[in-house]
Amino acid sequence: MLVKIRHSTEYRYDQPVPYGLQQLRMIPKSSAGQKVVSWTTSVEGGRKEVAFTDQHNNHVELLTIDRGATAVTIVCEGEVSTADTVGIIGQHGGYAPLWYFERQTPYTRPGPQVRQLVKTLGRDFDNDTARLHALSALILSTVQYEIGRTDFSTSAEQAIEAGHGVCQDHAHIFISAARLLGYPARYVSGYLVMDDRVEQEAGHAWAEAHVPGLGWVGFDISNGVSPDERYVRVATGLDYREAAPVSGITFGGHTESMVVHLQVQQ
Amino acid sequence: MLGKTAGGLFWMFRFLERSENTARLVDAGFRIALTRSMAAEAEWASVVGTAGVRDGYLAKYDEFRAASVVDFLLRDRSNPSSVMSAIDSARSNARLVRTALTREVWEATNECWMAMKEVLRRPVSENDLPDVLATIRRQNALVRGALTGTMLRNDIYNFAHLGTFVERADNTARILDVKYYVLLPSVSFVGSSLDNVQWETILRSVSAQRAYRWLSDGDANPKQIANMIILDQRMPRSLAFCTGQIRENLNLLAANYGVRLACHDQAEAAEQRLLDNSIDTIFENGLHQFLSDFIVSNRALGLRIEQDYRFYG
Amino acid sequence: MSDAPDFFDELSGYDGAPRGPYADFCSWFDRQDPARLRRKSKEAEVFFRRTGITFNVYGQQEASERLIPFDIVPRIISAREWARLTRGIEQRVRAINAFLHDIYHRQEILRAGRIPVELIARNEAFLPQMIGVSPPGGIYTHIVGTDIVRTGEDDFFVLEDNARTPSGVSYMLENRETMLQMFPELFSRVPVREVGDYPKMLRRSLAACAPPACTGRPVVAVLTPGIHNSAYFEHSFLADQMGVELVEGDDLRLVDGRVAMRTTQGYTPIDVLYRRIDDDYLDPLNFNPASMLGVPGILDAYRAGQITIANAPGTGIADDKAIYSYMPDIVEFYTGEKAILKNVPTWRCSEPDSLAYVLEHLPELVVKEVHGSGGYGMLVGPAASKREIAAFADKLKSKPAAYIAQPTLALSTVPVMTRSGLAPRHVDLRPFVLVSPNRIDITPGGLTRVAMKAGSLVVNSSQGGGTKDTWVLEE
Repeated sequence: MLVKIRHSTEYRYDQPVPYGLQQLRMIPKSSAGQKVVSWTTSVEGGRKEVAFTDQHNNHVELLTIDRGATAVTIVCEGEVSTADTVGIIGQHGGYAPLWYFERQTPYTRPGPQVRQLVKTLGRDFDNDTARLHALSALILSTVQYEIGRTDFSTSAEQAIEAGHGVCQDHAHIFISAARLLGYPARYVSGYLVMDDRVEQEAGHAWAEAHVPGLGWVGFDISNGVSPDERYVRVATGLDYREAAPVSGITFGGHTESMVVHLQVQQ
Repeated sequence: MLGKTAGGLFWMFRFLERSENTARLVDAGFRIALTRSMAAEAEWASVVGTAGVRDGYLAKYDEFRAASVVDFLLRDRSNPSSVMSAIDSARSNARLVRTALTREVWEATNECWMAMKEVLRRPVSENDLPDVLATIRRQNALVRGALTGTMLRNDIYNFAHLGTFVERADNTARILDVKYYVLLPSVSFVGSSLDNVQWETILRSVSAQRAYRWLSDGDANPKQIANMIILDQRMPRSLAFCTGQIRENLNLLAANYGVRLACHDQAEAAEQRLLDNSIDTIFENGLHQFLSDFIVSNRALGLRIEQDYRFYG
Repeated sequence: MSDAPDFFDELSGYDGAPRGPYADFCSWFDRQDPARLRRKSKEAEVFFRRTGITFNVYGQQEASERLIPFDIVPRIISAREWARLTRGIEQRVRAINAFLHDIYHRQEILRAGRIPVELIARNEAFLPQMIGVSPPGGIYTHIVGTDIVRTGEDDFFVLEDNARTPSGVSYMLENRETMLQMFPELFSRVPVREVGDYPKMLRRSLAACAPPACTGRPVVAVLTPGIHNSAYFEHSFLADQMGVELVEGDDLRLVDGRVAMRTTQGYTPIDVLYRRIDDDYLDPLNFNPASMLGVPGILDAYRAGQITIANAPGTGIADDKAIYSYMPDIVEFYTGEKAILKNVPTWRCSEPDSLAYVLEHLPELVVKEVHGSGGYGMLVGPAASKREIAAFADKLKSKPAAYIAQPTLALSTVPVMTRSGLAPRHVDLRPFVLVSPNRIDITPGGLTRVAMKAGSLVVNSSQGGGTKDTWVLEE
């Protein structure tokens, strides 16, 4: 499938920003099941300072906000050709050791809720993938998909408590529980082609767990499936913070609003 | 040079200058209070006003008594212009810019601070006051001497001097402004002994008694006093001298960096405005108005320098 | 505890006769008028105060700048002793850099099973952002201050490998300066090796690791947390001595892809930043977002090859006290040689057997926090009361992995001047090591820290310790 993406994010500030930075993880990488055909990032109201590859092999770009700007707009556009690999990304590579993906973070640190979830899951499974799919299904039935009940800072533990959440929360809960069960796990941010619409409100997020023998395997908890050719992986990390499309810091001037326009289509 | 360093130098020397000026004001007030005890309270009130700390003082005290004024001006850390506060700030700035100073300048500043901490540890009695004031002047002179004797004549030196002269210009203008009425012709006709004492105080506040005697045949005359303190370029505390020094140091920076900035035009315009006047036109147009305008424009120039040379982020 | 002969005295050994290295000094000293020496001692204090060689103490308004006591009796090391020390230190520092490169890349040492994976995996000092990063010139620890203690004629132990931002070098230099001013005649009599080149060598060593983005002569700067930091004097001193700018976080910005400092004429890019700020505070965008001291985005610029940060972020994993106990294995793994300098035997309280032993022997042991420094939060068993020991045992049981224990070492003594003449006091030594590509320089001498209280084994300045000039004799 050739997935076409246009993703624009505009930040508006309440007053001119004397100095500010934005760290972007918005460039997809070619990997198992996907090949980046074309990709451009353009910025208005800011400029690219440096680019590097981080410990998750993400392409990272750092922008400075133009002195005195009251808005910054980042537009990513490109085409990615994808194939269905039944969610399997494959063997682990790179310098980051697998044990690193067992580290819990403030977003994923398990508390009584996650522990209870793992207990409920039970231990009687044919294999690792069956167990992880069951975990995914359990999460979706425990924490129903609903926008507005959680936000960017909600942790896995808090999301279970709330009983509702979005893809970010589902991914965090999955990662937390998977690590508790001894699987290295990571957060994935990316795009999903939806059957019924082109315009979307935000990018998508899911999780990957490392399964002995198979390597990394993806789980889209919110949709109850493993990623197929409709999915484009952009960035990975231990949690949302490490894979977030944009993280920024401004001095004098607060973000007033963030407006996203996203089109994902075949 | 770092913008922050330029700012640190500028403020280090502003604060050193301020500490000395405050000490000199106390000296003048002390003298007049000794010779004319009747007018003492009014005199101390005017000293506090000249130091620009009237509101802070009145928040703490109801009356202008010698002991409380002296303590407030010399020792009180809640008063940012007290000698102790100013020396503290000068030394903090010196620490900030330590890499820009010679060992001699740093040590003189540090010793000045240590000496002040020592002599101002306890309230200063009337008997000790002359000694303490002399110590303040001497320690300041040592820093200036170290600066003159050991520092390269480069941008570091220019920013130090700019701080000194922007502060001094402000101070001299304020001294005159608080006392301007005793210099007005209508009063001088009276020729009372009160006026002589007041003139003397003004001269003493800018350390110009001796210079005035030499330059004026000893005859106290308000117009001549005003002329000397405002327009005489030989007098190191006069407004003309200060603006000349500011212009000169800014021009050296412009030459050194190869760039002229807004502050250069502003400084030259300010100097021109001053020199276009004679003492007669100043009196004709209003001495108070003239001094107020000068204080405002000097302050604006200080801010311009801070911006043009990026003292702050 | 007494200063009885169970301690090795560096001046008089175990038996009282001056040892070789001290012979020239003693023949001079014996002819001095004690009253004059005491006066000199006072002068030294005035000198230090005037120069402003002070360190700040947090939370104390009035006494916020304190002097570190300086003792005028030098600590003297022979050429032979020094040669051995430097060989050992070089070996160790080389191993530390190899370890750091490995631990942030292939982790061969873990694959080989030479140190346990959990030791790294669970370690807060392991900095994931450094995974796969190769610093310019391949150097992680440009500046190291190896803490060494002596217990006998030939017994030297490494106590700590300070591989983050070791401090104290300004005291080494100022102590020498003070001695030269006070006793010039002494230096014409005793052949003492020079330490004054340190700033020049530091600058050269930093410049030798300029990043790929550097064109022309490398611009070096020192990054300080500011005038309220306890080591501010040292930061400004080193910047001054190197002839480079002393910057704070708010002087720096990213401009045209470079970390640049705000000057009176605009922004100037920095090539090598000698930072005296901990990793956590270095970059609020990438690390602690609450930090007001750091430079947002500096890590991004670093990873993009636009600036060199010295020491590299993440070097703390090499001087962690839990890692320390594996240092002999680390040295052997990377150099193929046995470690020349001994490690102090260390019990890792995370291991149940060790914990049991430590709890049983607390009165004899020194217990330290794995991540602590500055002598805070440690227990010196032999000097502690029963109550203190009991209280510490509780802490230990509740968080064993946070502690390591070591035997109480019989630290050597060197005499100090007291009102009643010379008296032995315990010392340690921190030589300063500069690492640049293909080159390791160790300044002959270092900082000798001395416990000013009789019998005390704690030499940290934050705990009232003092310093001495340290002399390494010419061959």
